[in-house]
Amino acid sequence: MFAVRRLIRFLVSLAVLVVASFAMIHLIPGDPIRAALGMNAPPELVAQRRADLGLDDPIPTQLLAYIKQLLSGEFGTSFISREPVGQIIVDRLPNTLALAALATVFALLVAVPLGMWAGIRTENGRNRGTEIGFTSTTGAAVAVPEFLYSIGLVVVFAVTLGWFPPAGRDGVISYVLPILSLAIGPIAMVARVARVETLRELSTDYIRLARAKRLPASRLYFRHLLPNTLTATLTIGGLLLTGLIAGSLLVEYVFAWPGLGMRMVESITMKDYPVAQAIILVYGGIVLVVNLVVDLLLAKLDPKSTIKEA
Amino acid sequence: MRHLLRTPSGVIGLALVAVTLVIAAVGPAIWGQEAETVNAAAALQGSSAEHPLGTDHLGRDILARVLAGGQFTVALAFLATAIGAGLGTLLGVLPAVLPRRAGRLVTGAVNALVAFPALLLAMFTAVISGLGAKGAVLGIGIAFAPSIARLTQTLSASVASADYVAAARLLRVPRWRIATRHVLPNIGEPIILNLTAALGSSLVAMSGMSFLGLGVQPPSYDWGRLLFDGFSRIYVDPMVAIGPAIAIVAAGIGFNLLGEALARSVARAPVGGKQAVGKGAAMPSSGEEPVEGAVLSVKDLTVTFPDGVTPVRGLSLTIMPGEIVGLVGESGSGKSMTANAVGGLVAYPGVVTAGHMSLCGEELSTLSEAKRRKLLGTSMAMVFQDPMASLNPALKVGGQLAEVSLVHQGAKRPAAWARAIDRLRQVHIPDPEKRARQHPHEFSGGMRQRAVIAMGLMGTPRLLIADEPTTALDVTVQRQILKLLREVSAEAGAGALFISHDIAVVSELCDRVVVMYAGRVVEELPVADLVDGASHPYTKALLASLPDMETDRDKPLASIPGHQPSPADVGEGCAFASRCALATDRCVERPPLTRYDAAHAVACWHAETRKAEVAIG
Ligand code: SF4
Repeated sequence: MFAVRRLIRFLVSLAVLVVASFAMIHLIPGDPIRAALGMNAPPELVAQRRADLGLDDPIPTQLLAYIKQLLSGEFGTSFISREPVGQIIVDRLPNTLALAALATVFALLVAVPLGMWAGIRTENGRNRGTEIGFTSTTGAAVAVPEFLYSIGLVVVFAVTLGWFPPAGRDGVISYVLPILSLAIGPIAMVARVARVETLRELSTDYIRLARAKRLPASRLYFRHLLPNTLTATLTIGGLLLTGLIAGSLLVEYVFAWPGLGMRMVESITMKDYPVAQAIILVYGGIVLVVNLVVDLLLAKLDPKSTIKEA
Repeated sequence: MRHLLRTPSGVIGLALVAVTLVIAAVGPAIWGQEAETVNAAAALQGSSAEHPLGTDHLGRDILARVLAGGQFTVALAFLATAIGAGLGTLLGVLPAVLPRRAGRLVTGAVNALVAFPALLLAMFTAVISGLGAKGAVLGIGIAFAPSIARLTQTLSASVASADYVAAARLLRVPRWRIATRHVLPNIGEPIILNLTAALGSSLVAMSGMSFLGLGVQPPSYDWGRLLFDGFSRIYVDPMVAIGPAIAIVAAGIGFNLLGEALARSVARAPVGGKQAVGKGAAMPSSGEEPVEGAVLSVKDLTVTFPDGVTPVRGLSLTIMPGEIVGLVGESGSGKSMTANAVGGLVAYPGVVTAGHMSLCGEELSTLSEAKRRKLLGTSMAMVFQDPMASLNPALKVGGQLAEVSLVHQGAKRPAAWARAIDRLRQVHIPDPEKRARQHPHEFSGGMRQRAVIAMGLMGTPRLLIADEPTTALDVTVQRQILKLLREVSAEAGAGALFISHDIAVVSELCDRVVVMYAGRVVEELPVADLVDGASHPYTKALLASLPDMETDRDKPLASIPGHQPSPADVGEGCAFASRCALATDRCVERPPLTRYDAAHAVACWHAETRKAEVAIG
């Protein structure tokens, strides 16, 4: 039941997204083609491009044509390079997704144990020092944007120490710095959530009972505590992934990563509207899908949320 | 303000924000001239004494440009935040005042947008409005609106349900007036707090846009744009990029830490919540010999906290095999803390001391950690008040039972599982094979409590500690659980400590009653003597407060006037004196627990006379 309602919401959002991306070009004040091609472009060329995009048809006809196009996997053609936009996306999307997915996995693997450790160590207000250190470090780490991490990492590890390549995608080693830049902020954020969750769970009766059963620490923490801290952590993980997708835009730019984000920045700068429009649509679609999957997964994985539903 | 300065992060945040704001205020006036001074001869220099951050392609000093560019950077952040706050507040308050349907639509839209990354929205507006600060600021502002709207919604929903808003509605105050007069002023403070952090995020996001070349365009410059210019030279002169980067980082961190510290200073509730459990400190062993043959023998048990709160004061307790002892008292009397202390579950920083404390003849304080773990894990079972909360919601019920055997008895998985099913059957759970594979949420409250009891039976329990095990259950289920407890303790020959605030339940189940008041035992007697033999004024009052067959049901329960002193301020004399009808001058001194016969002990100066009266009368 929840799945159906959630699916409907997804479809509505998707429809809104498609309309928004369609409207984007029409919202550009003045003549977007003229703006893109420059003031000195021959009028015939402008007219031809307008016709290519069907900009002279009535709006509803255009919207319909646009949707038909999307359904058949057509995304138009780049103004600048004349490549089909679909091909650009197919070429570049995997590079972006690889970065985002690896960074998410890395972040969760580091952050969850870190947060649990901090929670266990600071239970009931002991180890004040750890608590203050943890909250201020993570608080500061969250505030630094990915692109500044990447610049810092490039300066230290690529320019000064020369351990890693400063840019480009070339072998496993070239993934290290981009993934680190993307993961540090999320690590701090997830670790905070994991700590608060851990503290909350530690005070529950079932942990009290598990302690009364004198389970060894490893079993207590990993079997009893961990699964219960995961709900909130996974929710954050989902938000994180969508945030990472946005963050990857900037990180790709710093590392000249051949991903979608790099291309989007270029296309916006060069007023290559079909490309920008399609990439924004793809990014938006990814965000919607990720949110959908996270919600459905949570509903399935977590008996607690089922209780709430009931 | 004082709260703010208490944590290092608050201090750092405040300092960074102050520096940022000062630079923003005076920057252009002081360094503006220098920032614009073109010097072709000094173009594209790296870091030097004259130009610590180097120079740009026109030979302008980058440090001066960073200092002078702060104003524009901060101004853009303020502008974006203002747009976000204005739009967000509007969107957020609307559902509280709009008709239901329209309100829900707005809420839905906001929820959908919150999950959308701000940068993506900012890019969208950047495409539409073209490159430049205007589009970026607008985009970031709009992108922040949904999260501020959500915050406003949550806050105003709570205000909208408040009585005074309901009253205003009854008086037919127009909706917009409710919003501006009642809702907004009450949510202003938390929103402003959140805006501090939002300012930091806007500043960082705006810098990101400028850094991508999508924000501020030359000849204007903000920190992001300076970073954009410096970035292409990063391999040669890292300093030209590091300068502006540090400025952005410092301001971003500053606003964020300050926002957090502000939020903390308003809501000072510590995370982690209520009392939890941890290892209590070890107890020094001294004092009399434990009682021969008892499953539990405790002498002078005391639990103290560093702030001087002493919830349990010199409590002694003996439980023989097969005996069910009821521990009665109001909440705050220390009865649950006693259970925790016996179970070794007193929360840090509580300290447990005892003359001796032995389980099945083994002195707990002298056992090695491993032995103690095993003894407590298999010989002692605990049942807590709320069966909803006692089982781990994420694990299968059978698995939670089986692990006791896995961990403490070295059983193999199938054997442990079989034992778990057997124990579930023993506590009368129908279809135990199927039930074992279910999660706790598939169990009813009564069944969960049965499962918890079954968990206690996985070992070979010698002592069962049940802390208000039936309070959360309804009456019929309560009876079944009581019956089960009696059955279980009889079958296993285990002693039981049954903790309850309800003397009626205790008298139904137990063999012996121990009455606690303000951390001490005030009376101890067999249940059979309870009605006729109770002689402490507090026990009598508890009994008198019970409805019985003859009591008129319509009459309110007799309750004891006055309050039990809290564990923090128990005085020198008899703790019950302020509520006691028999109190005399003598009661300023504390009466010792005096034994009248093998089974009956009382701590009251005037109990003896009353006992004599009872004997005569
Ligand atoms: S000692 Fe005094 S005050 Fe305390 S219960 Fe007895 S009579 Fe009452």
